[in-house]
This record gives sequence, C-alpha cells and structure tokens, in this order.
Amino acid sequence: MGKVNNNVPLEYSTEENNLKIFGFWTFLGAEIMLFGTLFASYFVLEGRTGNGPTGAEIFEIGPVLAETFILLASSFTIGLAIHAMRLGSKKATLSFMGITLFLGAAFISVEIYEFVHYVHVGAGITTSAFTSALLTTLGTHGLHVTFGLFWGIFIMIQIAKRGLNAVTAGKTFVFSLYWHFLDVVWIFIFSFIYLKGMM
Amino acid sequence: MSEFFAQFAVPHPSTLIYIAMASIVLGSIALVAIVTYFKLWGYLWREWITTVDHKKIGIMYLITALVMLFRGGVDAVMMRLQLAVPDNGFLDAQHYNEVFTTHGVVMILFMAMPFITFFFNFLVPLQIGARDVAFPRLNNLAFWLFFMGMGLFNISFIVGGSPDAGWTSYFPLADNEFSTSVGTNYYMLALQIAGLGTLMTGINFITTIMKMRAPGMTLFKMPMFTWSALIANLIIVFAFPVLTVALAMGTMDRLWDTKFFAIGDGGMDMLWANLFWVWGHPEVYILILPAFGIFSEVISTFARRNLYGYTSMVWSMILISVFSFAVWTHHFFTMGQGAFTNSIFSITTMAIAIPTGVKIFNWLFTLYKGKIVVTTPMLYALHFIPLFTLGGVTGVMLAMSAADYQYHNTMFLVAHFHNVIIPGVVYAMLAGLTFYWPKMFGFMLNERLGKATVWVMSIGFVLSFIPMYITGLDGQARRMYTYSDAAGFSTLNMVSFVGAGIMSVSFLMLVWNIWYSFKNSPRDIGSDPWDARGLEWATHTPIPHYNFAITPDVTDATSEAFWDSKKNGVKLFKGEIKDIHMPNNSGQTFILSVFFFIGGFALVFSMFTLAIISLIGILACMGYRSLEDDHGYHIHKEEVELIEKKYEKEGGAK
Ligand code: HEM
Ligand SMILES: [Cu+2]
Repeated sequence: MGKVNNNVPLEYSTEENNLKIFGFWTFLGAEIMLFGTLFASYFVLEGRTGNGPTGAEIFEIGPVLAETFILLASSFTIGLAIHAMRLGSKKATLSFMGITLFLGAAFISVEIYEFVHYVHVGAGITTSAFTSALLTTLGTHGLHVTFGLFWGIFIMIQIAKRGLNAVTAGKTFVFSLYWHFLDVVWIFIFSFIYLKGMM
Repeated sequence: MSEFFAQFAVPHPSTLIYIAMASIVLGSIALVAIVTYFKLWGYLWREWITTVDHKKIGIMYLITALVMLFRGGVDAVMMRLQLAVPDNGFLDAQHYNEVFTTHGVVMILFMAMPFITFFFNFLVPLQIGARDVAFPRLNNLAFWLFFMGMGLFNISFIVGGSPDAGWTSYFPLADNEFSTSVGTNYYMLALQIAGLGTLMTGINFITTIMKMRAPGMTLFKMPMFTWSALIANLIIVFAFPVLTVALAMGTMDRLWDTKFFAIGDGGMDMLWANLFWVWGHPEVYILILPAFGIFSEVISTFARRNLYGYTSMVWSMILISVFSFAVWTHHFFTMGQGAFTNSIFSITTMAIAIPTGVKIFNWLFTLYKGKIVVTTPMLYALHFIPLFTLGGVTGVMLAMSAADYQYHNTMFLVAHFHNVIIPGVVYAMLAGLTFYWPKMFGFMLNERLGKATVWVMSIGFVLSFIPMYITGLDGQARRMYTYSDAAGFSTLNMVSFVGAGIMSVSFLMLVWNIWYSFKNSPRDIGSDPWDARGLEWATHTPIPHYNFAITPDVTDATSEAFWDSKKNGVKLFKGEIKDIHMPNNSGQTFILSVFFFIGGFALVFSMFTLAIISLIGILACMGYRSLEDDHGYHIHKEEVELIEKKYEKEGGAK
C-alpha cells in the first residue's frame, strides 16, 4: 500500500493509486491511437460507398443531437461526482455517478435505435466499405460506453459497501478519466463523421 | 457429428504434418505423465503459473522464446532444403506458403518479441532498483495472454490448417476467396490476443520506469538498457493499437463479410498494407532498440570503460523512435503510390541510418578506448558490428525507391532483413542470455563452447545469407517454392542450404552448452562473475524475491552505479532494513487467459455460441477482480535480515 499522504486529494494519496492513474493515462495514449486509426480508416473509406447509400443519405440529425447532448451532460455529471468525492460526500458521489450511468444507458438506447435505422435503410455493416467503417467506428465507441456502464456499476457497489477510501476514490477517478475521454471521442465523431457527412 | 469434426481437419495434409502431429501428441502425453509422476502440478501452479514475480515471468518468456526459436528454425531449414536444388519436390507450393508464413510470424512475434520481453522483465526492475514492476498482476496477465496467442497460432497446423498469406497477410490474398482454410483466421485472432498482452507490457513498463526508479536516478542516469526499454515500450503503446484495429477489420472481413479490404463494394486492399506497416515498421525498432541496449551493456562491461557518448546514444534512440513512424510506405514502393510519395519516404528511410550510425560509432569509440576482454557475450557484440553494418548498407540500397523496383520482393530483400535482424536482434539476445545467465541460474555457461558457438553461427550466417544478395540481384524472387536449373541459382542456393545447416549446428551447440554447464560448471561464482557495472549486479545470486533488501540510493553514482560502488566506494545501500510489501500470487489471470484462448479458437471456426460463452467468462473474471480486495502481504524485517545473513555467510559480493 505504501505511505499515505494527506495533503493531496484522496485518489492521489497512495503510491499505488499514483501508479494506477499514471498507467491509465498511458492506456489512454493507446486508446487515442486506436480511435485515431479508426478515424483514419473511416476517412479513407468514406467516399467508397459501392452500391450502397452515402452518409448524407442516411444520417439523421435528430438522434445524433440527442446523443450529443446526453453524452455531454454525462461528462458534466461525472465531473460533479468527482467534486462530491473530493468533498467527501458518499451520497452525492453515488447520486452523480448514478445519473452519469443513467445518461450513458440513454445514449446507448438512442444509438441502438440509430443502428436499427441504418440497417433498415439498407446500410448494414456488410453493405459497403463506407458502412463497414462507419458502423465499426461508432460501434467501437458504443462498446466502450457499454463497458463503462458495467464498470461504473461495479465501482458504485464498492463505494456503497466500503465508502470513500483511497481504493474506491482511485477507481472512481480513473473511471472519470475514461468517461471524459469517451466524450472527447464523441465530439470528434459528431464533427468529423456526422456534420461533415451531412454537409 | 462427422461434419463437426471435419471442420477441424487439416486441408492440405502431408506425411510431414502427420509425423508432426504424432510427435506433438506423444510429446504432450509424455509431458503430462512426467509432471504427474513427479507430482509437479502444485509446484507449477504455485511457483510459476500464478507468479507475479517479474524474474519468474521473465524466465517464462525466455522459455517460450527458445521453444519458438526451435520451431521457427525448423521451418527455416525446411525452406532452405526445398530450395537447395532446382525443381525440388520436398514441399509443394501450398506447403511452402504455409512454412514461410509461419516462419515469419513465429520468428518476429513469438520468438523475438518474448525474448526482448524477457529482458524487460528480468532486467528493468533490477536496473532501476525497484522491487517489482508497477502492476505485477497485470504482468502475469500479459504473459498468459501472449502465451495463449502463441498457443493458438501454433495449433493451427494440426487443427484446421496453417495461415498461408505471408507474415504480412496482404489483402486480397488473405481474403476468404484466396485463403480458403481457417489459417488466416488463426493469424488474425492469435496476433490479436498476443498483441493485447504486449500492449499491457508496454503500459506496465512505461509506468515502472517513469515512476519507480531508485532515489537519485534521474532519466539521464538510467542504464542504457532501461533507456532502450522505455523507448521500445513507448513505441509499443503507440504502434500496437494500429495492429489491433487492422486485425479486427481483417477478422470481420473474413468472418462477417464486411468490406474493409474486399474487392468490390468500395473495399480497399491498400488500406491493409498501410495499417499493417504503420505498425510493422515501428515493430522492427521495438525489437532492435532493446537489442542495442543489451549490446551497450555488454560492450561497456568488456571494454572495461563507460559507454562513449551516453547522451548521444539516448538521443539517437529517441530520434529513431520518432522516425520509425514516418517510413512505413517503403514497404510498398512498387505498389503504385507515385513518385512524390516514394521520394518522401525514401528520404525519411535513409534518415534513420544517421542516428543508427551514431550508435555504431559510439560503440566503436568505446572499444577503441577500452581494454577489451573477449568473452562470449563480447564476441557476439564484436561480430554484430560489421555484420549489422552490412545489413544497414543494403537497407539504404533498398530505401532508394527507384532502384527498389529492381530488387523488391527478391532474395535481396530477404538477405537484407535477415542481415539486420539476426546479427542485430538474435545475437543481442544470445549475448544477453549468456551475460545474464549466471545472475539467473547461479552458474556460468562454458566459455570455450560459447565462443565456438559464435564463430560457427557467424560462418553459417555468412554462407547462408550472402548468396541471397547475389541471387536476389539476379532476380530470384522471394516466396517462390522452386526454380529451374536454367535460372542459374542452383549453386548459390546449395551454399545457402549448407549455411543454414551450419547455423542449426550452432544452435545445437548452444543447447549442449546449457546442458554441459548445468552438469559441470562451478556454483560458487559469487554475485558478480563478470566484474560488471550496472545496478542489476549489486544484488545477490540467486536474487532474493524482494530484489534488494534496502532500496539503493544512486544520488552519488552515475548510470553505472555498481561500478561506482566497487571502484569509487560510493555507498548504494543507505538506511536500514524495513518491512517489505509484496503482491500476492493470483490464478485469476491464467483463467482469464484461458477464456481468451477458447474464445479465439471458437471464432477461428465461427462457433459463435462458444465465443459468447467465453466472452461471458472473460467479463465475469473482470467483475470478480473489480470487487476483490487484495492488499498483498509483508515480509517482516526480521525475516529479511535472516535471509540477508544467510547470503553473507555463503559469500557473494555485496
Ligand atoms: C538502416 C536501417 C534500415 C533500412 C534503411 C531499412 C530499409 C528497408 C526497406 C526499404 C525495406 C523494404 C524493401 C522492399 O520491399 O523491397 C525493408 C524491409 C524489411 N526490413 Fe528493413 N531497414 C532497416 C533496418 C531494419 C531493421 C533493424 C530490421 C529488423 C530488426 C528490419 C527488418 C525488415 C523486415 C522484416 C523487412 C521485410 C519486409 C517484407 O516482408 O516485405 N529492417 N527494410
Ligand atoms: Cu520498414
């Protein structure tokens, strides 16, 4: 466990947590490369629609805006959760995390609707190189969010059972980094896939 | 029922494959019988499979690498045998495809990678004065994921068929239409699983090196191998996700008929080539930089002086790592990307030769000013310098894009990259192995046998690969399973076969040396038999599982802390012995990896129910781990003191 330092936020108070947070940042470096590669592939394949539809033909602004607002809001609430954690309020932390996960689930629901819509209008994952790249890029982000939902629930269980201590605080903080990161990725998806595609 | 089993059959069987199958089955039965007879299961589980000790994990990587060196070597000899005489019928075209594909993948990913990872594991914590890596359990998981990926790849040739589209697996060749067996599925999934392990290693070692260095060890006081490990791991973290995405896309194209690399429906085969080499070129530097690190340690030790130009060594590695991401299209100069692109990548490729040259000159200056002691590790280094330089020169020849149209995809290329990868990576690994052997196992390898091995290896190497430069320039294509006598390649190919035979003899000599020394070498060698320089030699032999009883303080030392303590009396171990915190072993990581193996296998054969079951297994393991509370344990001060006393009584430097 190492020494405990009381002059820094709880999540940074042990050596182990410092290592984990640093390691997680490094992992996010790898994630940037992962999504970067997906974006690069998408841009290469964007115009290669074969006999299938183009982006402009299938994108719908409504659900996309809904997804964007929901995810942005969840980024805000996870920020509040960390704030509550620093103030030492277990209840508020749990509540804000709960809201965050609820918003995440709402996002996934809209995304599932969106995917059904794409398949419905003849843009399944096997239709063309463009649809393969589109659905894989969106799907990778969506799977990350889904994974985050489960992860978040497991952290909430621990906070509920054990309270806020160095271990749970470290986990919550790392989770918040992950969640913010997914939000940033979404901003890129929104601007460079949807807006660009609809123009 | 028979249909179910038919899918696992090998699509292109031959007598050789049946013999291999039989020997693998018999070998496995024998192994299980021996382990059971000597009641070793418990020992294996407790001491090795579940271990979180970086030294033991390192040794498991080492064993894997050596076994794969054997497998890849057999493939190599088979290829040279096939080409030894014109119109040979030993292998047919399909088998030749399978053999060069497996050879390439096994050598790069399942031999060279675990070999360098063995050194990361074994050396880095010792060199920076740490107790373990940052995430010991993740380290165990990384090994097992790597191992399961390797296992999955290796069973392909007895269950379902080997991949046959080359280690680069170019599309559309790798698509279902042209690669009809499940071999390429194995390639995609096995590399994916092993790659996950490698990524974890990367994250783990970056964190370890950045955060766990001994007090006083600034970045520019790190031993040269640790520097090379840091940079190689940074390249891993930035390059491997690219491979992850490419493999995922390739898998989907093959299993679910997506259109990424397909012909038609907008698919683009060149996207694969680009993604593959955006990972693939940095990958060769992931291998070569740690090799350079090992040579730096060996050369400074046996030139009996500190490394010439430490700072320029570090900066040249940093430059190489940056450039390595900017040269990838030199692998397809001839695939129609236009003169402008070719020129740019031609220049960036040649630019890598500059920092590489800096390193060569630094080693030469170190030697020039030193008092050279020719030991086995040093002999590897001395052979490496001229041989590798030749490979570098032919690399620059290949980098001239206009000229590359002449020798692209010929034996000239094959000669080039073996000329950098064998004297570069393989010699470094064997030099390091010989050098650190006593630290690992407490006895030295025989020096006379060792030196003879190096000479036999080099003679074999030169005979085997120099002829390929010539036949390559004469137009002998790579990846062709035979040629006619009229082509005029016959004599040189025979020479090459003889060379490959001699190289195999040198590897047998290595194995014999290990056995011979195990039987005959003295055991009272102390902890510093080479009169070495780095912090890794400042602990006992065998190394206690806590590494250092007192964390070393290198404030007053240089990057060669142990040398400073021996020659200048710098005190490394200040303060007194305290309780030591250690992590617990864990079997969960192994179980998790087994689920990955089953899932990978299921996907190879499109058995989706089984794949989903293993996915649930994976998630369950992760959930369990998340809720678990594991604080490790403490070795108490008194116990540490007792162990330390025992070492002192038995002698050994400290
Ligand atoms: C001075 C340094 C080097 C230069 C200038 C260089 C240049 C090149 C070029 C231009 C090619 C492509 C040739 C073609 O397709 O016709 C190539 C291929 C290759 N190089 Fe290097 N290289 C260098 C160092 C290395 C090192 C250190 C390694 C490994 C540790 C390596 C491993 C390979 C491999 C495996 C290939 C095979 C590509 C294939 O299968 O098509 N190279 N190199
Ligand atoms: Cu390259």
